[in-house]
Amino acid sequence: MRRLAQHALFWPSATLALLLLVNAAFNPSFLAISWRDGHLYGNLIDILNRAAPLMIVSLGMTLVIAIRGLDISVGAVVAIAAAVAALLVGGGFSADGTAASEYPLWFALGAALLAATVCGLWNGVLVVKAGMQPIVATLILMVAGRGVAQLLTGGQIITVYYPPYYVLGSGFLLGVPVALWIAVLLWAVLQWLATRTALGLFIRAIGGNPDAARVAGVRAADIALCVYTFCGLAAGLAGLIISSNVKSADANSAGQLLELDAILAVTLGGTALTGGRFSLAGTVLGALIIQTLTATIYSLGVPPEVNLVVKAALVFAVMLLQSAEFRALLKRTLRPGAGAA
Amino acid sequence: MNPGAIVLEARGISRAFPGVQALAGVDLTLRAGEVHALMGQNGAGKSTLIKVLTGLCAPDAGTIKLLNSEVSLHSPQQAQRLGISAVHQESHLLPNLSVAENICAGRYPRRKWLGGIDWPETRRRARELLGRLGIDVDVTQLAGGLSAAVQQLATVARAVAGDARVLILDEPTSSLDADEVQALFRLIRTLRDQGVAILFVTHFLDQVYEVCDRITVLRNGRLVGEYACGKLDARGLVAAMVGRELVEAHKPATHAPAADETPAVLAARGLARRGALEAMDVEMKAGEVLGLAGLLGSGRTELARLLFALDRRDGGEILIDDRAVRLEEPADALRLGLAFCPEDRKQDGIVAELSVRENIVLALQARSGLWKFLARAEQRALADRMVAALGIKTAGIESPIGQLSGGNQQKAIIARWLATQPRVLILDEPTRGVDVAAKQELMAEVLKLAAAGTAVLFISAEIEEVVRVSDRILVLRDRAKAGELPGDAGEDAVYSLIAGGMTAGDA
Repeated sequence: MRRLAQHALFWPSATLALLLLVNAAFNPSFLAISWRDGHLYGNLIDILNRAAPLMIVSLGMTLVIAIRGLDISVGAVVAIAAAVAALLVGGGFSADGTAASEYPLWFALGAALLAATVCGLWNGVLVVKAGMQPIVATLILMVAGRGVAQLLTGGQIITVYYPPYYVLGSGFLLGVPVALWIAVLLWAVLQWLATRTALGLFIRAIGGNPDAARVAGVRAADIALCVYTFCGLAAGLAGLIISSNVKSADANSAGQLLELDAILAVTLGGTALTGGRFSLAGTVLGALIIQTLTATIYSLGVPPEVNLVVKAALVFAVMLLQSAEFRALLKRTLRPGAGAA
Repeated sequence: MNPGAIVLEARGISRAFPGVQALAGVDLTLRAGEVHALMGQNGAGKSTLIKVLTGLCAPDAGTIKLLNSEVSLHSPQQAQRLGISAVHQESHLLPNLSVAENICAGRYPRRKWLGGIDWPETRRRARELLGRLGIDVDVTQLAGGLSAAVQQLATVARAVAGDARVLILDEPTSSLDADEVQALFRLIRTLRDQGVAILFVTHFLDQVYEVCDRITVLRNGRLVGEYACGKLDARGLVAAMVGRELVEAHKPATHAPAADETPAVLAARGLARRGALEAMDVEMKAGEVLGLAGLLGSGRTELARLLFALDRRDGGEILIDDRAVRLEEPADALRLGLAFCPEDRKQDGIVAELSVRENIVLALQARSGLWKFLARAEQRALADRMVAALGIKTAGIESPIGQLSGGNQQKAIIARWLATQPRVLILDEPTRGVDVAAKQELMAEVLKLAAAGTAVLFISAEIEEVVRVSDRILVLRDRAKAGELPGDAGEDAVYSLIAGGMTAGDA
């Protein structure tokens, strides 16, 4: 038990399990999963599906934070990718009244991902080549990116009627949400890179001591550039899923505050904000915790006005639970009481 | 207090860390008006003992008596309130504050009115304190603008500002040159005469005999003994620290210096960087140890950093096997078979959270690239081999390298580069902060490498060391080449070249 508690993933897993149990207590059918309309159905599936974009963004963010960086522009990149894709697919119909795409779907999606990748590369260049502080460098795109997205959409919400576009956000493959497939696949690839190639070692070395890593011959600048670029690509992928899920692109609200949720997911998963130590699986759990929190708030019937306050309180509680210092404090204060009883 | 009165008495101090018994029943007695040396090899337990005395870490067993009453120390602040202050290796002044602000930090005098800080009083107190200690410095200057030595003096002043009874100096001289050391020693003697009990930790034997009255020697966490300085000569001291007679590393007499016609493995032509190094040529040959001598700031480290492309050169080219090569990044240098042990191992050497194994394989893996990941078993075998070959003391190859003592960290960094089997090895102050025995081992290792055909660039502030291992000595002065000497030229020749032919009368 003690050894289990020391495992890096123990506290994120325990937190998630606790949240799920709270939900199950209020709503006994919460944990039920059934087969309906040719795919899996239930609250859990819904949470997994909705958490997928956050997972994807957070995975990119994990690597950035692991090399002592930060990317607060991911929300804006989500908006850009959504805008590009929706613009190229278009909200039009063909002559016979069926929905049609202006450009081939693959082209629209590819262009959106390319735009997102360029955004990531831009961040990387500012941080690595121009030597800017990560938070400042990505702040530029955070502010400007949303402007670019609004420029693209002409300030309008573009609604897409072309059904194939919906697959990413609400489609199913073998009964499992497509978005979840993408998130899991991405996690698997990253996990493989981190453990079966030297990438994990290099990232931890750069995060632990960037100067020493460079002296040891690690191409720290190149790796940092790739990591920021990848983070942009991941945000673009999430943007496609989000926009596909709501069947539209809203430059104003798509991915709003997503950067903060992503940082929170990374932290919940046990990655050190100071760089060096990171956990991809922890991040996935962190994203699930956040999505479950949101679901909990809805299922408890919390009115929307106080939604954010409740979320903040829950996040606070979760963070306290995960803090080793707080647990030690708790133990110290509880022990004398337990002894007396 | 009477000189010689016992101020601090530690008895039977023990402390274990996971896998290591750092201290086992160690005694230490500090007396008023005496300078007491604490000696031992890396990993002997000196740092742990200091941590115990300053309240940074609690002993598992043992008692500490301060002025005959038992105390329990649980934080540096509390230790300081009781009169135990410590100064560590690097100065800990805040560079962006003035000297006066630094010295009074944490106990600024307040104005009666509104409780603001009384700046004129702050400066007056700082001036008064520095004056009492005979340190001449403008207290309104920013600490960051002072030389390392003056910063060190000010740090000591700050430590004794709260009327310290016990002052612990942990390797305070390791980054100072000879004159600066003398200035520090004057301060130490002033404090001693004022009745402070001083504990002085150093690796420099001559410094021990210069300022200390007594010596306590530790070995492997155990007390070897306490000696009066007059009763134990340097040889005896080293024997006590090492526990055996020293075998000094020497160039084998048969080792022939590389003949002039051997082609250079590495050559630099017109290598220069503004403000760091004036254009200079360097040649390194296979199997040869090239020593680099010069004072602090003469361009020793700058030359090494340029050769390894850690800094960008303004001019000149670098040739390997007589062919000009692209050398813009350390990664290029690594690919070309260069290796570089940096001077500042905390800043540029270790990745503290990574394990000993990961630190050792890092450079080799960086050269193999991202995709050719060395198998775990291979990594472990390599790390085990290196730990054994260099005698690295660690609880295991999976322990974080940050837990190792300084000398063992240094060995691990050297292991990192040996693992790449370099053709050219640049060692910048590899023996700094390393104890005597480890120093000998390191130098023996250097000679072994050279004998195996590696070209070695050996940089050290200790001329004696340079002379002992080098086949050829390059002397630097004021960021330019002062001259070149054969390895058997002797220390005096090196000194006179460093001094630039100046005789005592000219200076």
